[in-house]
Amino acid sequence: MAKQAPDFANRPDNTAFTQQRLPAWQPMLSAGIVIPGFVLIGLAFIGIGVALLVTSQSIQVFEMDYTGVGNNHPCFHCSDPKPKPCVCKLNFTIDFFLKGPVFFYYGLSNYFQNYRKYSVSKDDDQLSGNLKNFESPSDTCSPYQRDNNKPIVPCGSIANSMFNDTFKLYQNVNATMKPVNFDGKGIAWWTDYNIKYRNPDTTPLRNAFNNTVKPIFWPVPAYELDPKDPANNGFINQNFLVWMRTAALPDFRKLYARINDPPYAEGLPAGSYMLEIQYNYPVLAFGGTKKVVFSNVSWMGGKNDFLGIAYLVIGTLCVLMSIVMLIVYAKFKFPEED
Amino acid sequence: MLRRRLNRLLGGDERRVDSRTIYVGHRSSSPGEPIIKFCDNRIVSSKYTVWNFLPKNLFEQFRRIANFYFLIIFLVQVIVDTPTSPVTSGLPLFFVITVTAIKQGYEDWLRHKADNEVNKYPVTVLEQGERTRKDSEKIKVGDVVEVEEDETFPCDLILLQSSRDDGTCYVTTASLDGESNHKTHYTVSDTEKDLETLNATIECEQPQPDLYKFVGRMHIYKNDQEPVVRSLGPENLLLKGATLKNTQRIYGVALYTGMETKMALNYQGKSQKRSAVEKSINAFLLVYLCILVSKALVCTILKYVWQSRPGQDEPWYNEKTQRDKETNLYLKMFTDFLSFMVLFNFIIPVSMYVTVEMQKFLGSFFITWDKDFFDPEIKEGALVNTSDLNEELGQVEYVFTDKTGTLTQNNMEFIECCIDGFQYKYRDASSELDGFCVADGPVNKVQEKAGRAKEELFLRALCLCHTVQVKEPTEQGPVDGLMDQVDAGVPHPPQEQRGFIASSPDEVALVKGAMRYGFTFLGLESRNMKILNRNNDVEMYELLHVLTFDPVRRRMSVIVRSNSGDTLLFCKGADSSIFPRVRQEEVERIRMHVERNATEGYRTLCVAYKYLSAEEFAQADAGLMEARLALQNREEKLLAVYNQVETDMSLIGATAVEDRLQEEAAETMEALQGAGIKVWVLTGDKMETAKSTCYACRLFQRSTELLELTVRTLEDGGRKREERLHELLLEYHKKAVQDAPPLKGGITRTWSSETQDYGFIIDGATLSMVLNSSSESNSSRYKSLFLQICQNCTSVLCCRMAPLQKAQIVKMVKNSKGNPITLSIGDGANDVSMILEAHVGIGIKGKEGRQAVRNSDYAIPKLKHLKKLLLAHGHLYYVRIAHLVQYFFYKNLCFILPQFLYQFFCGYSQQPLYDAAYLTMYNICFTSMPILAYSLLEQHICIEVLLDNAALYREIAKNGMLRWRPFLYWTLLGVFHGLLFFFGVRYLFSNPALQDNGQVFGNWSYGTIVFTILVFTVTLKLALDTRHWTWINHFVIWGSLLFYVFFSFFWGGIIWPFLKQQRLYFVFANMLSSVSAWLVIILLILLSLLPEILLVVFRKPRGPNSRQTAAVTPLSYKHLKAGQ
Repeated sequence: MAKQAPDFANRPDNTAFTQQRLPAWQPMLSAGIVIPGFVLIGLAFIGIGVALLVTSQSIQVFEMDYTGVGNNHPCFHCSDPKPKPCVCKLNFTIDFFLKGPVFFYYGLSNYFQNYRKYSVSKDDDQLSGNLKNFESPSDTCSPYQRDNNKPIVPCGSIANSMFNDTFKLYQNVNATMKPVNFDGKGIAWWTDYNIKYRNPDTTPLRNAFNNTVKPIFWPVPAYELDPKDPANNGFINQNFLVWMRTAALPDFRKLYARINDPPYAEGLPAGSYMLEIQYNYPVLAFGGTKKVVFSNVSWMGGKNDFLGIAYLVIGTLCVLMSIVMLIVYAKFKFPEED
Repeated sequence: MLRRRLNRLLGGDERRVDSRTIYVGHRSSSPGEPIIKFCDNRIVSSKYTVWNFLPKNLFEQFRRIANFYFLIIFLVQVIVDTPTSPVTSGLPLFFVITVTAIKQGYEDWLRHKADNEVNKYPVTVLEQGERTRKDSEKIKVGDVVEVEEDETFPCDLILLQSSRDDGTCYVTTASLDGESNHKTHYTVSDTEKDLETLNATIECEQPQPDLYKFVGRMHIYKNDQEPVVRSLGPENLLLKGATLKNTQRIYGVALYTGMETKMALNYQGKSQKRSAVEKSINAFLLVYLCILVSKALVCTILKYVWQSRPGQDEPWYNEKTQRDKETNLYLKMFTDFLSFMVLFNFIIPVSMYVTVEMQKFLGSFFITWDKDFFDPEIKEGALVNTSDLNEELGQVEYVFTDKTGTLTQNNMEFIECCIDGFQYKYRDASSELDGFCVADGPVNKVQEKAGRAKEELFLRALCLCHTVQVKEPTEQGPVDGLMDQVDAGVPHPPQEQRGFIASSPDEVALVKGAMRYGFTFLGLESRNMKILNRNNDVEMYELLHVLTFDPVRRRMSVIVRSNSGDTLLFCKGADSSIFPRVRQEEVERIRMHVERNATEGYRTLCVAYKYLSAEEFAQADAGLMEARLALQNREEKLLAVYNQVETDMSLIGATAVEDRLQEEAAETMEALQGAGIKVWVLTGDKMETAKSTCYACRLFQRSTELLELTVRTLEDGGRKREERLHELLLEYHKKAVQDAPPLKGGITRTWSSETQDYGFIIDGATLSMVLNSSSESNSSRYKSLFLQICQNCTSVLCCRMAPLQKAQIVKMVKNSKGNPITLSIGDGANDVSMILEAHVGIGIKGKEGRQAVRNSDYAIPKLKHLKKLLLAHGHLYYVRIAHLVQYFFYKNLCFILPQFLYQFFCGYSQQPLYDAAYLTMYNICFTSMPILAYSLLEQHICIEVLLDNAALYREIAKNGMLRWRPFLYWTLLGVFHGLLFFFGVRYLFSNPALQDNGQVFGNWSYGTIVFTILVFTVTLKLALDTRHWTWINHFVIWGSLLFYVFFSFFWGGIIWPFLKQQRLYFVFANMLSSVSAWLVIILLILLSLLPEILLVVFRKPRGPNSRQTAAVTPLSYKHLKAGQ
């Protein structure tokens, strides 16, 4: 090499890279690795699957449809959209102790929050408190951009169609209706509540909404969404935030409240209850249904057997495959096995 | 023919439009004549100027169908209200276009610089008797230009005056065709006087690109005399780009300038060869385009079906805008269709073209860098002229090789000669001075010798009949130097010091051979050839004419006049072309020797001479002069005269020159055959020589049964050739095709030791009979018979081929059934046609100039390098790019399929599943680097093993990895993964409360989970396929995944002021806070890869190659050592 070096200016570099000789390793998925690997993965999956399934089974859920289809349904009289407001009362009995903290969801079906034109119909700048967008909402909000030439705030289809049924829960204790407190805090994403959505700095808040109109569908303007808690108004109203996070699928549920005030923080005792629903939200027109769900959650979230079953099935499959492989290998003795 | 004659009768010769007239020094003889404008001497190799770069470059880029498609998608996004912003497709397109534009702009800038260097080069021009300095670009046709030593010619010049006494100048054309020898060019006689008063016109053909062809004539007007006419040939023409050597200065008149010079005309784009892989890509693209369109159609139709149900078209919560309501239904349908197209267009990835091009471009460096291709002799490595065909090297089914210089070294050595039937074998240099009568003989059974006169005549013939130049040892010029030596009484200048330069190495070998026997060629000085004879006397011969060699005549002659005044013609050439032209009684004695030499693998030449009487010479002289002056059909006329002169000669003897085999020629050929490649030897050489080379290269084995279809076998049996041809073809066909056991695929050799091997030999004359048979029906029938025979033979030898016939054969095989991939390898100008014709052309940087190299796709220094080029590089490149292509389609299918499925759950509203950033970045950033690294570095089998087991090459034969079956496999895999990703997450989302605080996830979380699974799965799928993990692979694979995670955090961590919708704000972080999301991601990734893992395990080596592969694949992780 040394003696050639000066002569051969255009001799290719003799480096590992140029000569395609970089040190490399060659993973080989041989039976010796794959079979134990499969067994391990299979066992781990079965373990996880069992844990998931057990957890999922331990989650208690109580669901009720309150669309009001059928004459016998207590909400039937409200399903006709004309008389507003309409209140219907739903009596029900929970046969078991619903361990707390209990989460109260409402669910809609056949409701396309993920419809493209719907899901873009909002103005994030406006919702982050930018007053400029109060005056001139973004075009994406159309057809809920302006009403009689006044800007709609919050504009857009999503905001306009905000779910506005309200619920009150009472426990029937010896024929007296004992109210169960709903906690409407902490139901929206922390970042939505604290960063993404902001009210304008104007105080009082309603002044910011001068020269704007409320969304057409709304009975009250945004700054009066929660009459009880002035801090829960405007764009950071938690129910509003939950609604604005558009659902992935047409059948969805959204968190309405948590039940964590004593004496129900430990859970809802078995017994009979009454749910007083202010029925405002029409769904029959597009063939949808409404429901309410009482559920507690675990580390994996709400009840969902799918994951547990899937893990169990895959885990079992892995173990089975490894057994099959073992048999095949034992029988046919692959050349590299000796 | 008839038309030509008519033309001549009508005087078309004079009035042809396709000739130009040039007034030397712009002195027109008749002032009234309009001066025709020619183009100026500016060389413009650049394509763009500053002003037109943008529009022109964009136009050219969008002419590519893929770019155009993406432009359309982009425009649709801009015009129509579509789900994704124009940025998602605009950004990648912009990226691709910009990168390409920058690359092309840079290349053009380099060309501009090079152009300027040439165009602004100062030259000296004679104008009205004064020397003026000008920029080279200002030279006009007709200017008289002065060029000094070591300068390059600024344009094509006709040499008028040289500073050398003999009116010659030396030129090297290294930059034109790589031939570094000095070529002699001649001034036009009668013009070497005063250039300022020279009044002449030049009539010549219009510019044409052939470097070696030129015809023209010069009319010289002298004081009212009849103009003198001189013929002009290539020897008078100095080409732009060539360099003046050993001559102080010359004057020449500019003939062709600027873009009309031969160099500029030769500067054309590389051949537009497209590889089979590219055709596969296009086919796959079409399939995916169909998938795309049908997806969009299905969605559009379903959308309107769905909307027709009551309440679905316009639910109260989602009112349409006024404009939407007013739009025509069909227009809406159409825009919906377009929107779906846009939504799914990512299935055809814009980045694939970039990645493929980058892979090819970067990958080709590994060929240039390979030190195994470096040849210490010529101090050069391999050269890649096009990177488009890397993978084609792994697909070769037929190799067409030249013999001389390719299989053999073209390093000629004089072995023996035969004079008048007596054999002279040269033995060492022991008794050289004693001469030749005693030096030879010990081996020879015939001790008698030819007479001394015959010997000397023969040696003189060898010394005279050639076009060899003596390399000049000193600055003084060759002839003087040698003369000095001779005058000083130095009997023999040391032979090593004297170099000979010739276009053909045979000639050098012959001249050197003659030198050993005491006759030394001293050089050519003003048309006088000098020979130092055995008695150390200098003999002078006036060189009257050279009847140059050409492959059709296969001989060359010189006409010389000796001191005694005799005019002699010496002729040497192939036996077949000499024997018919000499007296028959002399032939038999020599033929025996010639044939014996030929079977030993030597190249034989026969030497003949003839005395020309004064009349004969006068006649020949006149004929030659006339033919040389002709502007039209000059070649044919010359040929006729040559044939007429070269008759009735007497045969003196024959020579045998050995051409040794290239290093490892036999091993290389064996490896190629082991790889299932059929090797055909196409040579201009004679059958016996070629056959012996074939045996030496082990292309033919002792057991091989040879099927000969040559003029000789045709003449057996004494019947008409046509009939005999018919008969033989049928017979061979029966033998080789019908009776042979059916063979699978391209497999012929190696497994078939028990079956009979066939070798096929055909010569040029017979081939032309086969190809151009008299009747049309026969012709096609013969052709197919011939092809079938050839395809069933292990090796085919085609001898006595003209260059064009070589190309014809390549073309025939190329277009035969199955369109096999062909490769031509050669080193000489006669191989250029077949190099250009074949799918892959390989040039050998041999001794016969650089023409083959210039026209080739790849150039290697030696034949032996072909083995590694095909078996290792070709194989690896093919596997890499095939995997790259399949993987690209796969990863985009499983990218877009969930988005398609999502349409069923969002009311066919074209809602994208993934965020725009993910849509854009998926192909550019997240998944592009690992596959690029894979496609550059992968060695599924290491190089040594590939070289040792040629049979591995068969595994990928016939585009094995890009056929429909593997494509279907990958497509199904993509579909499987896509379905899994989407529905796995969909069932998870049946309860969207996925966090332990009971909060719910929305649609962007859904998409992000799917996307995370997608990115991890496709990357890990590649990791599973990677068999060769270098640190680069580790870096890009894990780096890409890390980058994805970091990017997602980053992208979701900030409220981006330029975004209208903060869709992904904290979506990714929130996703990671959910245990369920983690579990579903792990589950789906593993589930997607499980079948792959099982497949890898079960697809263990079985079948014939099991042992080889098993030897390659160690039990577990194996560390390959560096530089092992």
